Amino acid sequence: MTHAAVPSERAGSPLDRPVLPSGAEPARGARRLGVRIQGAVIGDRVYSTAITLFALCVPVLMILIALEIFIAGWPALRQFGFSFLTSSAWDPVNGAFGAAPAIYGTLVSSAIALAISTPLAIGVAIFLSEFAPQWLRQPVAFLVDLLAAVPSVVYGLWGIFVLIPILRTAVMPFLRDTLHLGVLPFFSGPAYGPSMLAAGLILSVMVLPYISSVSREVLLAVPRSQREAALALGATKWETIWGAVLPYAKSGIIGGVILGLGRALGETMAVTMLIGNRPQISASLFAPGYTMASLIANEFSEASGDLHLSALMAVGFVLFVITLIVNAVARWLVWQVSRGSAGKSA
Amino acid sequence: MQRRHPSALATLICSALVVALVAAACGGSGDQKTASGAPNAGSASGGADLTGAGATFPYPIYSKWFADYAAKTGVKINYQSIGSGGGIRQLTEGTVDFGASDAPMTDAELAKTKGPVLHVPTVLGAVVITYNVPGVTQPIRLDGDAVADMFLGKIAKWNDPRIAKLNPGVKLPATDVLIVHRSDGSGTTYIFSDYLAAVSPTWAKAPGRGKELQWPVGMGGKGNEGVAGQVKQTPGAIGYVELAYAKQNNMPYATLKNASGAFVAPTIESVTAAAAGVAAALPPNTDFRVSVVNAPGADAYPISSFTYLLINRNPADAVKGKKLLDFVKWALSDGEQSAASLDYSPLPAAIVTRLSARIDSLSAGPTS
Repeated sequence: MTHAAVPSERAGSPLDRPVLPSGAEPARGARRLGVRIQGAVIGDRVYSTAITLFALCVPVLMILIALEIFIAGWPALRQFGFSFLTSSAWDPVNGAFGAAPAIYGTLVSSAIALAISTPLAIGVAIFLSEFAPQWLRQPVAFLVDLLAAVPSVVYGLWGIFVLIPILRTAVMPFLRDTLHLGVLPFFSGPAYGPSMLAAGLILSVMVLPYISSVSREVLLAVPRSQREAALALGATKWETIWGAVLPYAKSGIIGGVILGLGRALGETMAVTMLIGNRPQISASLFAPGYTMASLIANEFSEASGDLHLSALMAVGFVLFVITLIVNAVARWLVWQVSRGSAGKSA
Repeated sequence: MQRRHPSALATLICSALVVALVAAACGGSGDQKTASGAPNAGSASGGADLTGAGATFPYPIYSKWFADYAAKTGVKINYQSIGSGGGIRQLTEGTVDFGASDAPMTDAELAKTKGPVLHVPTVLGAVVITYNVPGVTQPIRLDGDAVADMFLGKIAKWNDPRIAKLNPGVKLPATDVLIVHRSDGSGTTYIFSDYLAAVSPTWAKAPGRGKELQWPVGMGGKGNEGVAGQVKQTPGAIGYVELAYAKQNNMPYATLKNASGAFVAPTIESVTAAAAGVAAALPPNTDFRVSVVNAPGADAYPISSFTYLLINRNPADAVKGKKLLDFVKWALSDGEQSAASLDYSPLPAAIVTRLSARIDSLSAGPTS
């Protein structure tokens, strides 16, 4: 067996290539060199197999988690069937469970969060990458990133003691009465404070650093030539950013938004403290609601009935699936966008 | 080609070794985590002789008892306040030496345990009705019907004639009543709903009694602090919290009309009085799974409840069983003295006497 045969056989694995010497060298080398290379080949294979197994651990873990949650939630899913997703009843005393309000609340609160934080975060990112003077850039970027380091229970407390009183006494009456938005179903009804709006607002603050941080890095990575070309064509600064920089960075920015969305869907503590925890579907953003994560967090520790536990696990499974779907759709979106922009520039 | 086989084998073995090593490293830390919650985790829980898990409500007094008891006898007890539901589950699975719960176990739950379980009441707690009614300074008076109808959404304004009738001379505002309840599963909710079900047939039908309910109206706050924060901030709000929490935070609370028709404020004494009222009527072979809400007696505060230690009557480990019973005896005699200092109501003397007799009979022979 020649040594040259080894690399050609294993050429399919790109990992092997840089480590192995080129085919010509071993042919020229002596036998003792061959022994050393044989050792290198084994080490190399051990390395690549081990790495592969490590990488496989992650999908296997995901599948096991999904399977475990599904098995635990199966009794509830079997008993309630599809109505588990559409029913609004959540009555642990009589054993009737439906997750519709929690699913609705999770999606709506995340949507509010993204609607508010995406433009804000991209604005912050553009300012920091394009406009901010050097002395301001680092401190502001650091403080924005620091928002991600604040524990969510602290956000919750801040929400209870600062955000909610402001919402109840100022923002909600202003929206409803002063702006007469009360005619819309979204801004109608009594303003108690804890509400879908409060949860969405706190989430928007919590996801802002994720979106802004990723967007900033992406914008900074846009080549100078891209900007200079636009400026050379006589574009204003605004036109340069809008027409040359942002399209280039689009897929990366969407990636940041997805990261924020993932955080918003799963956030538990701060939302539980602010959303009012009422399993109902209401068009009004002033009304309390519920999310899947807060439902599980609230009831799991004291749930003693088998069906109740199973229903909570089923909610966990639904949350898992929805997160998966949302992420898949978002990935697809990024893929579409990046393919589109690549096609345009080509 | 023959030389390739050993190398392929070697590859596989070495890779497996590497992965196994890493897995072992990960597994090691994982084991520690499970061990701390496990039963025979003597080593992991710092050499504890007994482990228990359950209710969060009595945790402050229990941890004081365990510390005092360890100082006196050297017997260490590790208690995890994971919630009553978790305590019952762990006792059922046999992963702890004792459980603790605010609500007594149901017959269905008892049927699943490995052996008979003794409920040992330790202290009493009470739930108070706290409110935020602008312009009202003296404690508001309420009766069971009015409270139930407020939480059912039938009384929507604070100046409702029924509330006004209970509070002559008090100027009640025309504010909307906003219900605030616990969103997390809680023994506090169980006690409160137990009371409402006892005084209102409508409430007994729906939502009924439970640690989590389908509330007809209102919004949920997480924990005592969530409910309290919400009530404090919102004019017109009414909610319920533990007596100890309300006292420590100087919250206003309602005086309630009890079964004897007297208006009683929640105090350490009036809660003990509620248990004394019930104790007189207990049958000789009681399992102590009794509700003390709406108890008879002129001084009894109506939303009172025992909190329980759950003890396996036929413990697998007789030595541990003996240690546990010794602790319970100490708690009933010496431990009760310190209850009031932490805003818990001690058991009435009549209950202590009967419990002690029961514990003594258990100590004598494990099968009773």
